Amino acid sequence: MIMTLLLSLISQVGTDWGWILNLLFYVIFIAFIFYGQRIQFYVWLREVEGSLIRLKRLRDEGRRIAVETIKELGKPTEDPSERVDRFLEFFAIEPVSLDPAGVVWKLEHILDVRDTRFKDEVKLMAPAADETQINNLENTLEAALALNIIYKVIRHFYVLGKKTLSLYIIMQLQMLLPLIMREAEAYASALKAFAYGQPIGDGAGALVAAKLMRGYQKRKIAKDVVVATVPIEGRTAYVLKAEGPGGNVGKPGEAIKKLIEENNGQIASIIVIDAALKLEGEKTGEVAEGIGVAIGGPGVEKFKVEETFLKYKVPVNAVIIKEDVGDAISPMRKEIYEAADAAIERIKRVIRERTKEGDTVVIAGIGNTIGIGQ
Amino acid sequence: MSRMTEGQTSKISLLVLVVIFITLILSFLSIYISIEAFLANDDLSATYFLIVGFIGLSISAYMLSQTRRRIRIAIKPPPIMTTITCEKCGFKNIREFQRGDYIFKEVEDTCPKCKEKMYISAIYREVKEKKEEKWL
Ligand SMILES: [Zn+2]
Repeated sequence: MIMTLLLSLISQVGTDWGWILNLLFYVIFIAFIFYGQRIQFYVWLREVEGSLIRLKRLRDEGRRIAVETIKELGKPTEDPSERVDRFLEFFAIEPVSLDPAGVVWKLEHILDVRDTRFKDEVKLMAPAADETQINNLENTLEAALALNIIYKVIRHFYVLGKKTLSLYIIMQLQMLLPLIMREAEAYASALKAFAYGQPIGDGAGALVAAKLMRGYQKRKIAKDVVVATVPIEGRTAYVLKAEGPGGNVGKPGEAIKKLIEENNGQIASIIVIDAALKLEGEKTGEVAEGIGVAIGGPGVEKFKVEETFLKYKVPVNAVIIKEDVGDAISPMRKEIYEAADAAIERIKRVIRERTKEGDTVVIAGIGNTIGIGQ
Repeated sequence: MSRMTEGQTSKISLLVLVVIFITLILSFLSIYISIEAFLANDDLSATYFLIVGFIGLSISAYMLSQTRRRIRIAIKPPPIMTTITCEKCGFKNIREFQRGDYIFKEVEDTCPKCKEKMYISAIYREVKEKKEEKWL
């Protein structure tokens, strides 16, 4: 019906149609020449907007999980929402590094104060929670805090780009967003893992140490770090890890330093095991071996070990378990769990090849020990 | 912007879907008319309608691919499994993770075979890896 009507219309207008369409093409062509960039701007702006909506959702979800977990574990008398909101805006200012000598100790102090402050805050929010739960709640809140900051920074640049109509601000955002979104999603899944107390990928090093020290006498050596003396391959090994099963990284650098000093530097080798970021294309759970202090984070702990091994000339070996950003802070994958045994084999080989029988070695399992006992 | 709710976003995507649908219909119509015109020996109109039809088709296909990326639903995370092992005979029992579980925790229940104590030996999630190109 419509077809025949249209067809009759065409035959009536005849060749005039060609002229109109021709003009239309020119108009579109010219419009694209002058406004192409503006059109691109709006396309990218819309893409950024979509990601921003998702980021906001992740942040709100994070806040909700944090509040609910606190209510469930902490049995607070009043509603913790307000306190949580205040916590999500918390910041710590880095020490000035104009005169870098000694800046590590200032940084350590600030991190210590921050940690104590967080713990106190969590204790106030969740009076009924035990030590393990407080550590887990602190980790949960830190993940919520990270999500909040990511959202706010992206929102800042989005609004700025929109206000100034700057293609370049929006372009940079649009280009970086895939990586930022990956990180945000990882934090969101970390948040759930922390709330439930599940082991995460970053705990690979702690898991290796836990497997080695299981069944032996443990003692506390530094803040939140336990050590056990374990006979391995005819050598004496001090195996250390953060104290689990609460979410904790402890001060492994401090512990290694103390152990070396206790033994007057008579340590044949230090072996540090940690989870490390893999390159895309590498297999998750691949074990690799190298030299150096494989301790991540702000660098304070790494610095302590480096200072000490320099003084006593102790060789440092590193064994790493590879995983990507997402795996590192989401519940531990099977491949990573299984890699712990491969890493233990690697450690034993290093001990056999690099030390003599009767020597003393230090084996340090680095990483967040959430969900991993000892 | 910060006040934009989820309801609004779903409404927007519905509107976009309607627009895409209309564009799609119009482009098919245009192609149909072009065929008719071709049969009626009106070559000029036929060509123009064909071009318009294909442009419409590509625009709607592009918009559809854009919205599909937007409304992609979040994939449910795989369950976290806890493996409980018998200290003595190595009997293994796998169950879903429960709050309070941690690796090397001694659990209440005893081994069904030898009535020995059991402990949690593993907690992990299994992810099905997407196939990567072989030559990599
Ligand atoms: Zn048994």
